[in-house]
Amino acid sequence: MGNHVLVIEDEPNIVEAIRFILMRDGWDVSTLSDGDRAEDTIRSCRPDVVILDVMLPGRSGLEILAALRADAATRSLPVLMLTAKGQGRDRAEAERIGASRFMSKPFSNTEILASVRALAGV
Amino acid sequence: MVPFNILVAVCLVYVGLLFLVAFLVERRAHARALPWLRSPQIYTLSLSIFCTAWTFYGAVGYAVRSGWEFMTIYLGPTLVFVGWWWVLRKLVRIGKTQRVTSIADLISSRYGKSNMLGVIVTVISVVAATPYIALQLQSVTLSFAVFASSAADGGPVPDKAATALWVAVGLALFTVLFGTRNLDSNERHLGVVTAIAVEAVVKLVALVAVGVFVVWGLAGGPADMMAKINASALSSWDLQPGRWAGLIFLSAAAVLCLPRMFQVMVVENVDERHLATASWAFPLYLFLMCLFVLPIAVAGLDLLPPGTNPDLFVLTLPLAQGQDGLAMLAFLGGFSSATSMVIVASIALATMVSNHIVMPLWLSLRPAQAVSGDVRRIVLLSRRLAIGGIVALGYAYFHLSGGSAALAAIGLISFVGAAQILPAMLGGIFWRGATRMGAVCGLLTGAGIWVYSLYLPSFGPDGVISARLIAGGPWGIGWLRPQALFGVEGMDPLIHAMFWSLVLNATAFFTGSILTFPGPVERVQGAAFVNVFDGEVPAGGWVRGAATAEDLLILSQRILGGDGALAFFEAEARMQGKAGPLPDPTPGFVGALERRLSGSVGAATAHAMIAQTVGGAAVSVEDLMAVANETAQIMEYSAKLEAQSEELTRTARQLQQVNEKLTRLSVQKDSFLSQISHELRTPMTSIRAFSEILMEGDMPPAMARRHATIIHDEAIRLTRLLDDLLNLSVLENAGVQLTLGLVSLQDMIDRALVAAAQTRPERSFTVHRDPASEALYVTTDADRLTQVFINLISNARKYCAAPEPELRIAVRQRGGRVMVDVIDNGRGIPEDSQALIFEKFARLTDETRAGGAGLGLAICREVMTALGGSIAYLPGQGGTAFRVTFPLRLQEVA
Amino acid sequence: MKRPGLPLFLQRRPYRRRRKIDAARLLPVFGAFLLLLPMLWAPAGDEGRGTVSDGLYLFLVWAGLIAVARLLAPSLTADGHPDPDGGDG
Repeated sequence: MGNHVLVIEDEPNIVEAIRFILMRDGWDVSTLSDGDRAEDTIRSCRPDVVILDVMLPGRSGLEILAALRADAATRSLPVLMLTAKGQGRDRAEAERIGASRFMSKPFSNTEILASVRALAGV
Repeated sequence: MVPFNILVAVCLVYVGLLFLVAFLVERRAHARALPWLRSPQIYTLSLSIFCTAWTFYGAVGYAVRSGWEFMTIYLGPTLVFVGWWWVLRKLVRIGKTQRVTSIADLISSRYGKSNMLGVIVTVISVVAATPYIALQLQSVTLSFAVFASSAADGGPVPDKAATALWVAVGLALFTVLFGTRNLDSNERHLGVVTAIAVEAVVKLVALVAVGVFVVWGLAGGPADMMAKINASALSSWDLQPGRWAGLIFLSAAAVLCLPRMFQVMVVENVDERHLATASWAFPLYLFLMCLFVLPIAVAGLDLLPPGTNPDLFVLTLPLAQGQDGLAMLAFLGGFSSATSMVIVASIALATMVSNHIVMPLWLSLRPAQAVSGDVRRIVLLSRRLAIGGIVALGYAYFHLSGGSAALAAIGLISFVGAAQILPAMLGGIFWRGATRMGAVCGLLTGAGIWVYSLYLPSFGPDGVISARLIAGGPWGIGWLRPQALFGVEGMDPLIHAMFWSLVLNATAFFTGSILTFPGPVERVQGAAFVNVFDGEVPAGGWVRGAATAEDLLILSQRILGGDGALAFFEAEARMQGKAGPLPDPTPGFVGALERRLSGSVGAATAHAMIAQTVGGAAVSVEDLMAVANETAQIMEYSAKLEAQSEELTRTARQLQQVNEKLTRLSVQKDSFLSQISHELRTPMTSIRAFSEILMEGDMPPAMARRHATIIHDEAIRLTRLLDDLLNLSVLENAGVQLTLGLVSLQDMIDRALVAAAQTRPERSFTVHRDPASEALYVTTDADRLTQVFINLISNARKYCAAPEPELRIAVRQRGGRVMVDVIDNGRGIPEDSQALIFEKFARLTDETRAGGAGLGLAICREVMTALGGSIAYLPGQGGTAFRVTFPLRLQEVA
Repeated sequence: MKRPGLPLFLQRRPYRRRRKIDAARLLPVFGAFLLLLPMLWAPAGDEGRGTVSDGLYLFLVWAGLIAVARLLAPSLTADGHPDPDGGDG
């Protein structure tokens, strides 16, 4: 199993926090700050786990997730959804579309690390 | 040939039959109304009493003497009936609403219930009708004589006078029996009318039968008949234009004014709609009555020995041809014509005589009886006596005149007499200005000239007035000669009399009307007559009755005095916003008037008087006022309703708009809550993550410092957000404290641009400004206004999607207000969102353009309100554009 | 006199009715003209007026007036004029 995580998130401080946490644990972390290039980046760099924010400039996280699930190549890709809105409606929608996990901001560092590990099957 | 006694028997049987019809109808009508008896056909047939024996026998004689001129007598009524919409309809409606009992009653009622006018019209009518009744007696007598003389061995030929006497007595009996059986409030005699209708059919059938016999029996059909006419002495005729036009007019006037016609047309009318049928059916009846007149005349001249009276051709022609049955039918037709006329005329005249002469006399002789006692019995008795008296007068005239004059002449003289009522009648129903004095003057003038120039001379030279007077004028005054008044000579005597009497009648009527002032009852009645159709509900809705305020004014004047009443009315009119002295008689006004009158005469009296004038009182003349009052109320009510309905529509539209806005706001509120959540959680996430990292310790100091800086920045971000929310809350609750000062607009914009540059500092904007226009000093709260500019410019920096973003700031001053437009070259705001952007939860749906909590514009709006200005979205600027308007010099509110 | 409350424009049916009333009003005027017209005809030659021709004209005009009145009458009474006090009819 690989150890490549792609973080798609527009808040630079949050991206920095996640990267710090994961890299310290030995993960290979790529980041992306807008939704429009998400699919292309996923296809080209083939991450093992994707951390995806719901609210993004350009395409929203839910749209990207739907596109990933519609494509055979990425159908089973583990995707961890993050949202700051904290509403049940977003969680239900994400799980319907096929999010592997769903986490509300703010999250605890151990929690996100454990989730990534679980998704990567480590 | 028919023996005289058999003829008498036939007559008696016929009269008995009519008697039976009338009797049965009266009884059935009493028990249960027979629908067909009230049909338009019966109504039309009853109108045929216009065709008396004068028509039945006289038309042929007239045709022999003057060709088609006889037709004028029937063309006039034809025009009146096909034009029923003009006059007849109104007469009938007035007759119904005013419960008019006769033409004299109509005139009297119209002119303030003046009994003097009733008497004048009654006298004119009786004088005019007497020779006419005599004429009927004469025709019956003559026809008896014809039969008797043709019956060689038919018993003793009775004396003419005796025949006439017996006929008169019989007719009087019949009329009394059915004309005065009951005293109906509406003066309708169903039995008599039905009997008249039967007689109408008999007349028509008889005349047409003789005509058909002549055209198809004696001649070989219409073509042969025309050839016969062309071959006869009647092949050409002389049309005298004066007589032609004059007689058409005269007969048209007569059909309206003859008492018997008024009786069947107006008084006996049971349904206004019957008039519509009669409008064509009655002319058709007349048409048929005239159709065979000329053929009969030609055949009579052709076949009967010279010297035979042409007035009796209808009878003598079948007799001479041995057609006894037809002759008998013709005889019955003539008999019907004469009897029906006498019956109806005597009923109509008796009603007039009893109502306008006998009853007032009786009541004035015994005033106590007016209050109590059986007036009803007296009325019936006086009617019966009057019928007898009128028939007796006719008989007397017949007896005295010896029955010599040609039938036609008498009929026309009678017409001219009746026509004298025309100006007063038409004036009364069409002109509110017609007054009683005018009517009296007109009637007396017209009747005087008629008697002097036509009626008296008709008794023949040296009859009543001497031949010398006719030739030389009274006391030798030439221009007063009866048949050449004012020196007009050479005119046909009849036309001469008609012309002068009607012209002077109308002139006197008009002059008298405009020179005199009508009394209150007269005016009320005038309005009720002239506006009779306005009192009802027409298809188009209600109309306001006229002059009610005027009548109230008259009433008030008697109590308040002329000046006082007028001042009060004028004040009321001004309050209603009307020019002129008369206010609309609205319920409010009437109430005010009543209160005002109470001050003078006490509440009870004032109320009674107003109630009598406005509401339903015992006097029928107040009916109009009640209607007008009600009308005004309904008008007002409907106007109010209309206004309310408009307001409702407006409110509904507003409600709908508010509802739409609320719905959108509710959606926005949800998204705002999640937005707030997002805005709070985002910095919180960074803070939590880095603080957890820091908590683990074991980290290079440089890295720890960096992490602490992020925590610090995010904490500030959170504080700012909370500040915004608080700020907005304070602004909304109007608890804002302004710090006013004189500041340069240019400085404020400079500061705003610098401050806003921190938003997305990576973007570079081209800013267009006009320093000259910005050189303004403004009295305002500089910090708050600058905050508005910062928000607007930051928004542009955040949201303008143009690749090469531009910002334009335009300043204008208009009067005491300054307008600052902030315009970028972005996509603008869609129209459906423009109404929402200033709401505090607003954040355009494109949530990905994150960066603010959607509070900026809401804060701007609140700030601008506090600064006495406004902020608005400016559409159509090729980008997102906002206009900020504020006063140049803001005054501090104490 | 001004009459508030009366509509300025009418619907089709009341409008037709109004025009029929106009026709009914004009009919006697028109009839009077036609009936007075023979006064203007000079008799041909000096032998007087032709009884037959004049008679045919007069009866024709007469019949025409009756026919038009017959056509107008029903629609003028049929409806549109509710009569509140026509209860005794």
